[in-house]
Amino acid sequence: MTAALLIEYVIKSGIILIGMTIGFAYVTYYERKALARIQTRIGPNRAGPWGILQPIADAVKLIFKEEFVPAKSDKLLFLLAPVITVIPALIITAVVPWGRSVTLFGRQIHLYLADVNVGILYLGAVASIAVYGIVLAGWSSNNKYAMMGGLRSTAQMISYELALGLSFVSVTLLAGSMSLVDIVETQGAHGFLGWIVWNLSQPLGFIIFLIAGMAETNRSPFDMPEAEQELTAGYHTEYSGMKFALFFMAEYIKIIAISMIASTLFLGGYLGPFVDKIPWLGPIYLFIKTIIMVFVFIWVRATFPRFRYDRLMAFGWKVLLPLAFLNMFIAGIITVLVGG
Amino acid sequence: MFIVELGRGLWTTLRMMFEKPVTIQYPEVKRPMVARFKGRHNLHRYDNGLEKCIGCALCAAACPSDAIFVEAAENTDEVRYSPGERYASTYEINMLRCIFCGYCEDACPTEAIILGDNYELSFTDRRQAIYTKEMLILPVPEGGKSTPQKVEPGKFNRSIPLMENPKD
Repeated sequence: MTAALLIEYVIKSGIILIGMTIGFAYVTYYERKALARIQTRIGPNRAGPWGILQPIADAVKLIFKEEFVPAKSDKLLFLLAPVITVIPALIITAVVPWGRSVTLFGRQIHLYLADVNVGILYLGAVASIAVYGIVLAGWSSNNKYAMMGGLRSTAQMISYELALGLSFVSVTLLAGSMSLVDIVETQGAHGFLGWIVWNLSQPLGFIIFLIAGMAETNRSPFDMPEAEQELTAGYHTEYSGMKFALFFMAEYIKIIAISMIASTLFLGGYLGPFVDKIPWLGPIYLFIKTIIMVFVFIWVRATFPRFRYDRLMAFGWKVLLPLAFLNMFIAGIITVLVGG
Repeated sequence: MFIVELGRGLWTTLRMMFEKPVTIQYPEVKRPMVARFKGRHNLHRYDNGLEKCIGCALCAAACPSDAIFVEAAENTDEVRYSPGERYASTYEINMLRCIFCGYCEDACPTEAIILGDNYELSFTDRRQAIYTKEMLILPVPEGGKSTPQKVEPGKFNRSIPLMENPKD
């Protein structure tokens, strides 16, 4: 490994980490604006032009808030839980490609941090770590509501991660690879028509992925772990200031991550018109697709009320899981017919 | 069917995005107040600029929360503030006490005190909550003179004017 390669990786990692953090700030703004418009309000528009400085104002406020630690909490776990939640969210998009390769300063640079040949497994694995943070937060707070939120989170994750994993499996079957770069390239292999066929073969998979992704990120209508009306604030009841912000950071970064993964697996990722001639269009296409997917998340939150807890479990096990199996079956048949 | 219902819900929320927001941008845009809104009090003047308030302190007597303080002084034709014998030399309303019931308005024999449409009563200090006569009194109407006026003797002997029944 040469020094230049090392620097390249450091820069790419930095871009992901900083991009995700800024992305988090602006997804909160985007959500507030979009929710406001859906509810025929205007949304934040005071801090800076159109309120674009609102996330910075929020961050400053949260930094200066009191960091409260409950007296009978498990101090170490209490401090560790937000960190455990936020780190997987930050690193999950490392395998998501943003584009093909570009030539910069006489070097050919691939527009992805890592092309892991088990990329999809990496996504599944890292996405599940975050639940530890939530459970530990619930446990260490020594608060019944937090505990309930943490427990709900575990049960929900187990039920929905299966469906999520199975929707990954069908994509893997169709692409014949677990690398996200290969999956995107397979979608674009036969031009626009090939991409349409890819999507028509996977509408069920896409919907299952979206639903499971919403459950995975604890988004409404699956926000059982933090159900305000039942559990005050769920697992982050006892958290304040920046530690609380870290939980929110994890949630919103995971929204971005799930949106990026959904665009990559089902919507062609960085592919788009002229992307083979101008490789810099790749990240722009991915960005646009991600923004649209994030909007879907916000839109669903604005529309649907929270599930009742038993129905949430029943939906996960009795509807989503069989559908995911069916989808995998369809993907398998297609693979055999087309010839993989 | 279940899916159709979900789709209808999503369509409804999406459609609402393109409606005009109902938000009123408050400090820049203000809603018109209804005619009988009971906001901050105003002390009114006659068209010639004389104050309507004659310092009788009936408003202070009527006030259920004891928010009004009135001190009267003598008028003379050389130094005339209001018709009749006396005028309010001090008129203070403590806006922290006031409950905006409008009893002062009812009690006033000259219709001098009327609850206006100003609802922007915020202060950073309790002392700022006391509105003095200078803050409450309306500006001199066009064609009038400011008080104190020097008037010809015997013209403004009657404290309480002849009044019609209210039309509003």
